[in-house]
Amino acid sequence: MTLTEKIMARAAGKGRVEAGDNVWVKADILMTHDVCGPGTIGVFKREFGAAAKVWDRKAVVIIPDHYIFTVDSKSNRNVDILRDFAREQEIAYFYDVIDSPAGTWKFDAAKGPLERQYGSHYAGVCHTALPQKGHTRPGEILFGTDSHTCMAGAFNEFATGIGNTDAGFVMGTGKLLLKVPETMHFRLEGKLQPGVMAKDVILHCIGEIGFDGATYRAMQFDGEGVRNLTMDDRMTIANMAIEAGGKNAIFEFDDQTRAAVDYRCKLNGTRADYQPVERDAAEKFVHETVVNLSKLEPTVACHPDPGQRKLARELVGMKLDRAYVGSCTGGKTSDFLEAARVLRGRKVVIDTFGVPATPEIVHDLQSAWWGDKSVWQILVEAGVQMTENAGCAACLGGPVDTFGRMNAPLKCISATNRNFPGRMGHRESQVFLASPATVAASALTGHITDPRDYLS
Amino acid sequence: MQSVFTGSVYVVRDNIDTDQIISAQYLNLVPTIPDEYKKLGTYALAGLPDSLYPIRFVAPGQPVGAYPIVVGGRNFGCGSSREHAPIALGSAGCKVVLAQSFARIFFRNSVATGELYPCECADRLCEILKTGDVVTVDLDKLTVTAKATGKVYSLKPLGDVKPVVDAGGLFNYARKTGMMPVSPG
Ligand code: SF4
Repeated sequence: MTLTEKIMARAAGKGRVEAGDNVWVKADILMTHDVCGPGTIGVFKREFGAAAKVWDRKAVVIIPDHYIFTVDSKSNRNVDILRDFAREQEIAYFYDVIDSPAGTWKFDAAKGPLERQYGSHYAGVCHTALPQKGHTRPGEILFGTDSHTCMAGAFNEFATGIGNTDAGFVMGTGKLLLKVPETMHFRLEGKLQPGVMAKDVILHCIGEIGFDGATYRAMQFDGEGVRNLTMDDRMTIANMAIEAGGKNAIFEFDDQTRAAVDYRCKLNGTRADYQPVERDAAEKFVHETVVNLSKLEPTVACHPDPGQRKLARELVGMKLDRAYVGSCTGGKTSDFLEAARVLRGRKVVIDTFGVPATPEIVHDLQSAWWGDKSVWQILVEAGVQMTENAGCAACLGGPVDTFGRMNAPLKCISATNRNFPGRMGHRESQVFLASPATVAASALTGHITDPRDYLS
Repeated sequence: MQSVFTGSVYVVRDNIDTDQIISAQYLNLVPTIPDEYKKLGTYALAGLPDSLYPIRFVAPGQPVGAYPIVVGGRNFGCGSSREHAPIALGSAGCKVVLAQSFARIFFRNSVATGELYPCECADRLCEILKTGDVVTVDLDKLTVTAKATGKVYSLKPLGDVKPVVDAGGLFNYARKTGMMPVSPG
């Protein structure tokens, strides 16, 4: 069995499963957020009754992160719906925007978009927050009402996005009927070269198989190259499996996985018992790709879909209006460090936005020193508009007052994950997906630029 | 159960993602709140670029669209897991989406909500039909008949999915088939 099949067999209480089998699996964690949480709660109440209780109050994780820093009253209300539900159900892990359990959330536009407006429990973008808060464990099943839930596959678990109705079902029963996906095999070799990032790996892979090349399938990443990838790198790669239509992505378990998971579970006091899945000789794959990491170059996915692969150096001269570093995919500490490596001591020439995925990342960047300056300062001095209000921001457009949103038909190079028409705002705007390093280099010139030009 | 749908089609191309089906700015609407469910319908397919789609799926000021059948190409509904997407289409009066292929989560959400029938057709209907053409979709015979030409195209079998949509979604189906108690609670 493949890694995905092993986890599903275990969660279904079966000795073995095969691709194509429909099985009832037990959920370990159900995650929801402010955009899909209220609807999921609505389904749960409608179907199980007003007095119903969630199947496990410690297994439902609620993370407001999408439409937080906006004056849109419905969006603010949605955070309040989550809070009421969390209180009523005694949800153990609700990462509220505000500290007062009896309060209501309201964004104060007068304070501006940059200054921190959240309390001490707020966790930021759900997929980045889940591991930081100790909710990703090898061998488990994680459902989330968000397509990028597949990011947690970096931790050797089965993680996939589901809709509100399915999530309402899981909330009430702790189970879901799933089809076991076929597995595509991506064997990684070698080591990334300077200026090349994990984002380039996944853009390369999507380019190989096409934007729907993994539809209904699992993407398994293994091989000696994985050892040369950090957990952040693996998260970036797993995150974008959905951009090839994948049901999930999954990485092999190793010492790095163990160290990261153990550290986070201990830090947060979350459950620390888990059982990884290991590879065996009898794996059935429907596709094989070998990726030599050493040979990859900075890569871009052009408007209007993530499969439009080009090398950054083939696009030199493509003029841009703005640049954006952020999101679950490209807003981690390591992502901003790579951007800073390119930007340090230089100045951007187009509007450039930086949105850390989580408050912890804001803290990291403000407290990591490079020479006599913090990384945050280096970015700000280079002209990047850095906000402390960690969250999804303009990655998916959002309400019109969202920080960094394209409210006009602009061209943006972005470290995010999706570039379908209108993704970051205006429906005639265009998004080019690239690594944070490529985004940073392009911000310095105003057109698509290979970051290796700036590494010396 | 209704199995035959006749009406005008609205034609889109390949790779119509969930942002184009329901723009992210309207995700502040909660589908289980009845007023907001209706509102979602008015924004269905509003994310399509005007330059490519001068005719809008829901005409400005109208509560629902004039097209019970949407025709797409490959990978319809790719992108996010937002259930708002099939719900917006259903709320706007769409009953059937015919496409060459569907993205997984959109397909699953269409069935789970019971909002619409996602039907695969091997023919590239998005290049054969144009917006406003009238067709008849027969889900029992698995055919699509174009009124103007009389040509018949075949659909792939819906399999396990049809009874779930027939019942009105996952929960109704689960109750009907004895997988769940009939009344909530
Ligand atoms: S950062 Fe973007 S991709 Fe990630 S969860 Fe938020 S909206 Fe989705």
